[in-house]
Formats: sequence, structure tokens, C-alpha cells
Amino acid sequence: MPKLDKRAADALIWALLLTAPFWLTHVGGYVELGSRVLIYALAAMALNFLLGYTGVLSFGHAAYFGLGAYGTALTIKLLYPSTPLGMLVGIVVGTAAAAIIGPMIARLRGVYFAMCTIAFGQVFYFIAFQWFSLTHGDDGVSAWHRMPIDLGFATLDILENNKSFYYFVLAVFAASVGAMAFLLRSPFGRTLLAIRENERRARFLGIPVDRHIWMSWVISCFFVSIAGTLYALLNDFVDPRAIRWDQSGNFVIMAVLGGMRSFWGPLIGAAIFIVLQDYLSSQTANWMSFVGLFFVLVVLFFPRGVLGLVQRKTVS
Amino acid sequence: MTQLVLFNVFNGLIIGAFYALMALGLSLILNLSGVINFAHGGFLAIGGYLAYTLIPYLGYWGALLVSPFLVAGIGVLVERVLIRQLYGRDPLYSLLLTFGLAFMIEDGTRFIWGAQSLPFSIPAWLSSPLSSEYFFLTGYRVFMVLLVTAAVAALFVILNYTRLGIRIRAGTLDLETVSVLGVNVRVLRNLNFGLGIYLAGLAGVLAVGMLGLQPTVGDNLIMPSFIAIIVGGLGSLPGTLLGGLLIGVAAGVTSVFFPSASEAVIYVMMAAVLIVRPRGLLGEEGRF
Repeated sequence: MPKLDKRAADALIWALLLTAPFWLTHVGGYVELGSRVLIYALAAMALNFLLGYTGVLSFGHAAYFGLGAYGTALTIKLLYPSTPLGMLVGIVVGTAAAAIIGPMIARLRGVYFAMCTIAFGQVFYFIAFQWFSLTHGDDGVSAWHRMPIDLGFATLDILENNKSFYYFVLAVFAASVGAMAFLLRSPFGRTLLAIRENERRARFLGIPVDRHIWMSWVISCFFVSIAGTLYALLNDFVDPRAIRWDQSGNFVIMAVLGGMRSFWGPLIGAAIFIVLQDYLSSQTANWMSFVGLFFVLVVLFFPRGVLGLVQRKTVS
Repeated sequence: MTQLVLFNVFNGLIIGAFYALMALGLSLILNLSGVINFAHGGFLAIGGYLAYTLIPYLGYWGALLVSPFLVAGIGVLVERVLIRQLYGRDPLYSLLLTFGLAFMIEDGTRFIWGAQSLPFSIPAWLSSPLSSEYFFLTGYRVFMVLLVTAAVAALFVILNYTRLGIRIRAGTLDLETVSVLGVNVRVLRNLNFGLGIYLAGLAGVLAVGMLGLQPTVGDNLIMPSFIAIIVGGLGSLPGTLLGGLLIGVAAGVTSVFFPSASEAVIYVMMAAVLIVRPRGLLGEEGRF
């Protein structure tokens, strides 16, 4: 794609995101839907850092998403009612868990890597489910809410005003996405691409492949736990469904649906998936079947995703 | 105390037998076709529900005999229509597809048989304890262990002494050569998938006699089955069997001393195996 087109596409995406609270209600949406799309988009883009740009398949990202969410919720509820502190704790917990698990799986590849991430992800689901005195098990962590953020010179009322919450999410999203883009453009990011394209050659060039995969894994989980903290703030509630394996599957399908080889793909995938899920669950009690069918159809007929399709057309 | 320990070891052995039965089916499919079948738990649930529906017509024994074959039939059909398209593609796609399939099966069973759990009756003479001292040895539990043992033995006989089984094992090692030698690989993979799903169906009929029938019955069994494969070693069926029994017994023993950790211990075992021996207890070097 020519460079100008790419710039134009970037500008269009940011313009749409910046104005979303004003046009969403006119096309049948609502502001919280916009926030949810952004949060899931951040999670899917974080996963894609690993999946699309390092070529490693994780099916357990929900664990770190959920740890971020639980960390935030429990901090605000039990420790100290402050949104930034809650987020900080959530991100630290999620990233630390990923950093500890990383070395055990960084040596594995392909299906084996995927299986181990699934299994490790489930550990945190069980903890969230069974540690009733802390997490209230299946009932989830409720009876708390996000707190307005004191900026010193002004207060950002993300609690009562859903538009300012949207812009708060957008700001975090923009910072995270910018950081990811910066990392991917750095020599480190190029090394990850080299590993994706030809691991053996990268190894012969003297690149410590396992350590790079571990770092990419931790970075990816860091950003997914940021998305998790925002998810908790959006709902003012967390339950074990945030951390369960089907959540991981949702992230992967968003990345694939949008196009894993493109930077913005997961955002588009998340938008399509969230809107579809929102619509289906309001229309039928059997929405799970339709979501399942959607997975099957995407895999069979749409494996390159929306942007993959667009890019192939412009190339040929 | 010894009674309590024995009770929990025996319980763990039964649970481990289920894990092993599930994991063997998963392993068969994974080894030959490179597909992780997320929907395995769903097929297990179908096995249980079909048996429930068949019991009024065929009786318990008829249902036990017929239901797993019906499930295997569904499996063969699913492989034909869906799974076959995924061979040779990134494992990502088979994970996503079977993931969607698991959703559809769970929702489908809920739609057909209802969301609330249904009673599943086993023959009365099987449910009474065999001895008053060892109260936990009900006929059904002993029967389950015997039947699972028989099924596993039959599986290994099939794999070692029949033409189909030898071809499956050969295909696991080098599918291309098997294909060049004139074996129809498409049919082989199809039958192999059916065999794996048969084991899931059989586990389903047996498990619902103990756990009861609900659409999510397979959910609690599938994760430990993954762990059984990881602990036992990818690519090794005896390893999978060993892994399943090990984590089952470990969970059982732990529940004597520290009940809330009985789930956690299997994950700890997995972590330990991955640190010390990443290929698994009986896994081959360099396969993954």
C-alpha cells in the first residue's frame, strides 16, 4: 500500500474514534458500546503483537486480561478507592503473572505452545472461581465503582459522564497503541518479524529466539492487562467470565477476523465482533450457537480477515 | 484415616481414568491430524445425552453400547464436512473452528434437552456399595474402572495388532510415506477422528452416571485432559494414559490433606513437568 494511503487510513481511523460518541447514537449504538469496542480492540491488538508479529499462538490471554480486571476491582473495593492506583495494581499483577509463566512456555512452539497457554490460563480462572472469600466466586466482585480522576488542575468525571469515560479509554488506547507501534518499528520489533518469518535463520544469526519470544509474550500480556483494567472500570464489576477460556478465543477471532498481518486489523475485527455479539444477544437466547457458527464461517471462508482481503486486492 | 486415603485415591483413579479416556481421544486426533479438538467436551456431553434419550428404548446396556457409536458417527460426519478443510493449515484455524463447534454443541444440547440438569439412572444393582467397610466401592465405580480399563486395552490392541491401528501409528510418525505407500490418508484420518470421538462418547455415557447430565458436563473434563497430554508428553499415547492417571490420583490424594488445592495441584504438576522436562514424561525429543 502506498505510504500516502496508509497515512490517510490512519487519519480516518483516528477521526472516527475521536468523534465516535457523537455519531454512535445516530447509527443505533450507544457510548458504552464504543468504549467496549475500544477495550476489546486493545486486547486483540495486544494479542496480535504476539500472534501476528511474532508468529506465536496464545490461546490464554484471557488470564492476563482477567488478572488486570480483578486487580483493579479488588484494589478499588478493598484497598483504596482510586482509579489510577487500581489500574496500576491490575497491570502489575497481570504482567508479573505473565513474566513468571513465560519462561516455562517460551521454549515451546506451535500447537504445544497454544495448549500450554490454555492450560495456564485456566489456573487463574480456578483461583477466581474458588477463592470465594476474596473474589466471591461465580457472583463476581461487585459493590464498587470507578472513581473520578483528579488531575490536579481539574477532575475528570469518568464515573457519571459516559463521554468522558470514553475519552479516557481512548486516551489509554492511543497511548498503548502508540507504544506498540513504536516497539514494532524498533530493531526489537524487526527482530520479532524475523523470528516469525524464519525462526531457524534468526537463530543462526545469533538472535536469542526464546528470550525474544518471552519478551514479546510479556509485552503482549502487559497491554492485554491494561485492556483488562479498563474492562473492569467499564462494567464496575468483574466475574470469572472475564478470565475464562472463551474470552481468549474471542480475542483470537477478533485478530483473525480483522486481519492478523495488519496493525489495525484487530480493531476492525473487534468492532465487527462486539457489535454482532451485542445484536445477537439482544435478539435470541441461542446467540452462543450463532457466535460459534460465526467462528466456523470465518475460519472456512475468511481466514485472512477483512484487511487481509483488502490488501490482497490492492496488491494484485 | 487409611479408609479416607483409600477412598480419595480410588476416587482420583476414577477421575484419572476419565481424564485418560478423554485425553487418549484428543491425543489420537492431535497426533495424526495436528488438530486440537476443543469440541471434545461437547462430544462427551452428546454421548451422555444420547444415552439418556436411548435408555427408555434400549435399556441401560443398549444405550451404553449404541450411544458412543452414534457419537462417533457424528464425529466422522463433522470431520468430513469441517475438520478436513483444516489439515495442513496453521493450527490457529483448527483451534478456532473447534472452539466455535464447542459453542454450538453446548448451545445445541441446551436447546434440545434443556438447561437444567437431568437425572441419569444407572441400574440399581450397580449403585449399591459392595462392602460396608469400604463404602466407597459401589458397583458402579468398580464397573467404570473395569470398563475404562477394557476400553484402553482394546484401543492398544487395535493400535498394535490391526491394520488400521498400525497405519494410524505409522501415519503419526510419517504421514507422507504412508500416503506414498498407497494408504488412503483421507479415510485413515476420518476413521481415526471417529475413533477418538468414540472414546469421548464412551467417557460421556460413563461420566454422566456419576456427575449427572448438564450441557457443560464436558467443560470440567477437557482442561485436565489437555494437562494429561502435556504431562504425559505430546505424541505418546502411553504417556497420555500415564498423565491422566497421575493427575487424577494426585488430585485425589491432595484432596485428603488440602481439599481446596485439589484442582491447583494438577497445574503445579504441569508447571513442574514443563520446567524439568518440556517434552513431557514419555514424549519424544524434538517433536514439538
